[in-house]
Amino acid sequence: MSGFLQNTFNGLVSGAFYALLALGLAVIFGMLRVVNFAHGAFYMLGAFGAYVLLAEAGVPFWAALVIMPLALGLLGMVLERAVIHRLTRLDPLYNFLLTFGLTLILQDLVKSRYGTQSSPYHTPDELSGSVDFGLFDFPTYRVFILAFTVLLCVAVWWVLGRTRVGMVVRAATERPELTRAFGIDVGKWVTPVFGFGIALAGLAGVLAAPMRAVNPLMGADLIIVVFAVVVIGGLGSIFGSVAAGFGIGLIQAWGEAYLSDFPIVSQTVVFVVMAVVLLWRPAGLFGREEAPA
Amino acid sequence: MLRIENLSAWYGEAQVLREVSLEVAAGEVVTLVGRNGAGKSTLLRSVMGLHPGQRGTITLDGRDVTRLPAYKRARAGLGWVPDDRGAYATLTVTENLTLPPRVGPDPWSLDRIYEAFPALHTRRDSAATMLSGGEQQMLALARVLRMGARLLLCDEPTEGLSPLLVQQVGDLLREAKQHGVTVLLVEQNLHFATGVADRHYLLAEGRIAEAMDNSEVRSRERELLAYLGI
Repeated sequence: MSGFLQNTFNGLVSGAFYALLALGLAVIFGMLRVVNFAHGAFYMLGAFGAYVLLAEAGVPFWAALVIMPLALGLLGMVLERAVIHRLTRLDPLYNFLLTFGLTLILQDLVKSRYGTQSSPYHTPDELSGSVDFGLFDFPTYRVFILAFTVLLCVAVWWVLGRTRVGMVVRAATERPELTRAFGIDVGKWVTPVFGFGIALAGLAGVLAAPMRAVNPLMGADLIIVVFAVVVIGGLGSIFGSVAAGFGIGLIQAWGEAYLSDFPIVSQTVVFVVMAVVLLWRPAGLFGREEAPA
Repeated sequence: MLRIENLSAWYGEAQVLREVSLEVAAGEVVTLVGRNGAGKSTLLRSVMGLHPGQRGTITLDGRDVTRLPAYKRARAGLGWVPDDRGAYATLTVTENLTLPPRVGPDPWSLDRIYEAFPALHTRRDSAATMLSGGEQQMLALARVLRMGARLLLCDEPTEGLSPLLVQQVGDLLREAKQHGVTVLLVEQNLHFATGVADRHYLLAEGRIAEAMDNSEVRSRERELLAYLGI
């Protein structure tokens, strides 16, 4: 029993990372119709930035948790203005080429200075140790990640669902042209929304630094699963991306624990789930068919 | 209020509007009739600023709006009632109504709208796409009245509605007119058109073929219906 709870908890923690990354991808796709293949690189930059800030300037984890999302969100907004916004009028192939190219550039920039060795990042003292839940105990840091991510997702959910800004973003995501005809300058919201999505990726990166190996390829490894998550949840669906993020984290953790004798199955279970979902619901679990403009 | 001069529009290579010129005075209700594919919807989309391939001049209250993006035209007082009713699935009924900013001098309050449309009040927290077709049409009209739009662009508001609902749409448009709202209406239902409108333009192959008043439409109804293929 406690083994099962342990696995479930670990699954939710990996799911938290998937949810944060998928949520960013979902708002970006919803608003810009751009699939951001560079999302994993921004996650890596978040983790690397936290590492560099601590190692070279002594900036602690808590400050990095604020600084890196803001800095990367700003970088994202600059990139959106400079290049990303040109994609909306082009064939989707350019979307892939540009954002994948950005990934390679960002990865190699980091690699050329810091190499491919993983760098250690110590868990902040306040979050070291473990929390005793009676039947079992969990590392404090992981409990923190889970609580923090759930709160963040609820906050984003509230902003999107209950505020005027959220209403405008939902309307613009669903039917951009119609929304313009109702007096709303949809273009004005595109850059901040892109920056927000990138900031979430950066935040996930900072959170990952103390528990994952910080290296230039950490984003590339993760993003493949995140894309499976986004497709399962329904591209552009906010709720779907978060739900599928946690769901896939759980399935993966259970798969690794109980199917460890069949490594082929435990490593591919995510993609099997994706294939089954797509056969059953081509727009994803919570996705809708594209509405006309 | 609205003046269109030599408006031409294209879909790729195909020209759908050819040098259309027309005027709508403040407080008037004017319909565009014509066969499917005559260019009625394209004309309405061009006025709203939703059709990119166009040439000509569109003036609103003497101001040239030809180069303005759609959102600025809406803020200048245009109210968009699209042919598919434009209900947002991810917004509640109330959100659908309050999404557009108030732009005119005499916007309806939410209370007044819910008083006039009890069905919308009952379903105010549901997703707008859960409404029936008729309720969605009322929502589309109520939305532009709440904006306080001064010129409504309505694309076939009676299409697919029961006779009772058609009458309700008519009552609503007549009430709006009484409050000084101007309406440009695409309409195939001639009986409805003569009931609400002051004048009519017959559009054929992208040109204004004829301008008619109500008595002319009534006296030529049979001929026009045959022409429209209804």
